[in-house]
Amino acid sequence: MKLGKVAGTVVATRKDPRLRGLKLLVVATLTPRLEPDGGYEVAVDTVQAGFREIVILVTGSSARMTERTESAPVDATIVGIVDSVDLDSA
Amino acid sequence: MNVGRVVGTLIATQKDANLTGHRILCVEPLEGREGSFFALDAVGAGAGETVLYIRGREASYAYLPDFVPCDAAIVGIVDHLEEGGA
Repeated sequence: MKLGKVAGTVVATRKDPRLRGLKLLVVATLTPRLEPDGGYEVAVDTVQAGFREIVILVTGSSARMTERTESAPVDATIVGIVDSVDLDSA
Repeated sequence: MNVGRVVGTLIATQKDANLTGHRILCVEPLEGREGSFFALDAVGAGAGETVLYIRGREASYAYLPDFVPCDAAIVGIVDHLEEGGA
């Protein structure tokens, strides 16, 4: 799982019917130290994430393992909002 | 499966209901150019421990029959690594 920062919203009227009702966000991906790694994902939001929030991203076919995204054509899902990351002290 | 080291923890209150009760740890792969990432801990790993991890959809199989949205999971704690032998 990767971290990301919500950077924007994608609006698409014409799309796969199974994407209807899903909120698509542009998420800039981050390193564990919360620095941008230069990449981004368009991800389905299942946790009501807001602009600039740090979120947990699940990618690949695991992205379909939530109630909202099951059987939808998605490969990136936001599954949590990060409160804090503590490195080197697990 | 690959081998990595636990280097941190992540706290998230608001998350998918099926992630509740699972620890999320930061794992640094021991080899390769892949950077650190976050994984669900299925075995009770701790700081600095060398662990066996799995990535991709198979990671969620560690929690079957639960339907857990994760693409990386720690599935073992490494006692020691041996070169050669087998």
